[in-house]
Amino acid sequence: MDSALVLTQIFNGFSLASLYLLAALGLALSFGLMRVINMAHGEMLMLGGYLAYLTLLAVPGPMGILVAMPVAFAGAACMGGVIQIGLVRHLSARPLDTLLATWGVSLILQQAARSLFGAIGVDVTAPAWLDGGFTLAGANVPSSRLFILAVAAAVLAALALVLARTRIGLLVRAVNQDRMMAAATGIDVRRVDLAMFCLGTGIAGLAGVVLALLGPVTPNVGQSYIVPAFLVVVMGGLGSIVGTTVAALLLGLFSALAQIFVDVSVAQVLLLAFVILFIQVRPQGVIASRSRALDA
Amino acid sequence: MRSPARLAPWALLAAGAVLPLILSPYDVNLVARFLAMGILALGLVLTWGHGGILSLGQGVFFGLGGYALAMHMKLATLAEGEMPDFMTWSGLERLPWWWAPFGSGAFALVAVVAVPAGLAALFAWSVFHRRVGGTYFALITQALALAFATLLISQQPYTGGFNGLTDFTSLFGADLNAPAMGDILFWVTLALLAATYVGVKALLASRFGTMLRASRDGENRVRFLGHDPTPYKVVAFAVAAGLAGVAGALFTLHAGVVSPALVGVVPSIEMVIWVAIGGRNSLAGAVAGALFVNIARDAISSAFPELWLYALGTLFILVVTLLPDGLAGLAGRRWRRA
Repeated sequence: MDSALVLTQIFNGFSLASLYLLAALGLALSFGLMRVINMAHGEMLMLGGYLAYLTLLAVPGPMGILVAMPVAFAGAACMGGVIQIGLVRHLSARPLDTLLATWGVSLILQQAARSLFGAIGVDVTAPAWLDGGFTLAGANVPSSRLFILAVAAAVLAALALVLARTRIGLLVRAVNQDRMMAAATGIDVRRVDLAMFCLGTGIAGLAGVVLALLGPVTPNVGQSYIVPAFLVVVMGGLGSIVGTTVAALLLGLFSALAQIFVDVSVAQVLLLAFVILFIQVRPQGVIASRSRALDA
Repeated sequence: MRSPARLAPWALLAAGAVLPLILSPYDVNLVARFLAMGILALGLVLTWGHGGILSLGQGVFFGLGGYALAMHMKLATLAEGEMPDFMTWSGLERLPWWWAPFGSGAFALVAVVAVPAGLAALFAWSVFHRRVGGTYFALITQALALAFATLLISQQPYTGGFNGLTDFTSLFGADLNAPAMGDILFWVTLALLAATYVGVKALLASRFGTMLRASRDGENRVRFLGHDPTPYKVVAFAVAAGLAGVAGALFTLHAGVVSPALVGVVPSIEMVIWVAIGGRNSLAGAVAGALFVNIARDAISSAFPELWLYALGTLFILVVTLLPDGLAGLAGRRWRRA
């Protein structure tokens, strides 16, 4: 087999994994903390993409993309806050219902994007310093994909730092371990929930900016990344950042390497089969959360 | 709420049976499609309402049933040794081996139920026996719906791709375009819906139904009492999938087409909302929900296609947050108060 092709696909696997990771981190955070899945999470990616497009209209030039990132983060985080306060908070005892209700939000947001920006989608031009690429040991490495890798690594590092070193991180870990006990010690559990939900949707907004570098932003751009992101959450284990990262890497690499042998649609079926086989071995995911609770 | 609730479905059945005499052939066909959806909705009451298993991939089983019958009808319209047109266009020389058995009508009829039910049983068992469930199961079924739809679209030479299968003329030797055919198919669908209603009702009233509800409400307690909840959940899911297959086959008959657009992620979740709106625990409610949403969709989306998605999204949010038992819950509350 062509080793350059394998190397290229391994690199593509990492870049796919970083997209999956950016899309899945927010889901994993709120799933670990509240046991709810936000089906409108894909639309946070879409929102980030459109915010990047609007920002670049206002701030053209090479640095526009760096302005777009905080803008998209803040915009998606605010939208996340609205969803959390308006909907998720009231349904926290019924996780499956939260899933359905947020899907309603997702439909509305997609249609709104279609009404505002049109169904075809808009293009975000990558700045010149992200054009081109280089060849590494025969593998073709485009700069924009390297940039995505860097963004994912930076987000991961920042998140780990927040969770391990800051006061809000401490509170999150406390709530994650034992919600009732944390509430009993006076922690405002609902504010922790809100903060994490916003942080998670904000990260999805960032993911939307980097997605915009790869292709047009369409009303359903989030949909193509959200299903693999769900699988990452299923595979990662409850709310573990390490588990999410490992699962994203496994699925990204699996998907890219499978594409050497089969076409994209068959690779998608194999990806699903891989996850189902994986849970035969480790039903609790990559990292099992240790708990004495009967129904974790 | 005793007598009116018990008699209402049968009164509706009688009223439904005379519809072909009143409505235009176009409307008869339309209502027949929605009745077929009702059969799928009854399956969701079993698995989601009473089993607590949320499937976001019901479109897959709907599609398998639809394609199974469509493959037979496609082959039935061809002369001996001829191949479906889309296969010739994509350069296939010979009929794929797995198409061949569908030349037999009996095989196709069995496949309509057996393929979706069998696949569902295998899939559900592999997930449930490792005690993975709830949200995880919902997410995996959604991935299943996505994978199935993309596969159908990409395997154009074998599946007809994006356009799916269409142009059917005969079913078991009967001419599908004959004037009386629409009414007959309507009555067949109505009869199957009624039979399914009775069957699922009996299933829910049996020991099986009790165990299923017990597993939904306290899976671990069921285990502590010495029962394994997995088989109950697997059977419920497989039955629902078989019913979805029947619904898909009937729908394909009425609509004259089956395509990936009917089986993907969005249609699959939409199926859940029929049941959510009607009432996930109520058989009559689920059928009513399927009819109501589909009629509303037909009325709204033909006039304002954009409005329909807003309406659907809003319906989803409102029903799930405010009416967890759907319209049936609302009706039940009324009766109890009166």
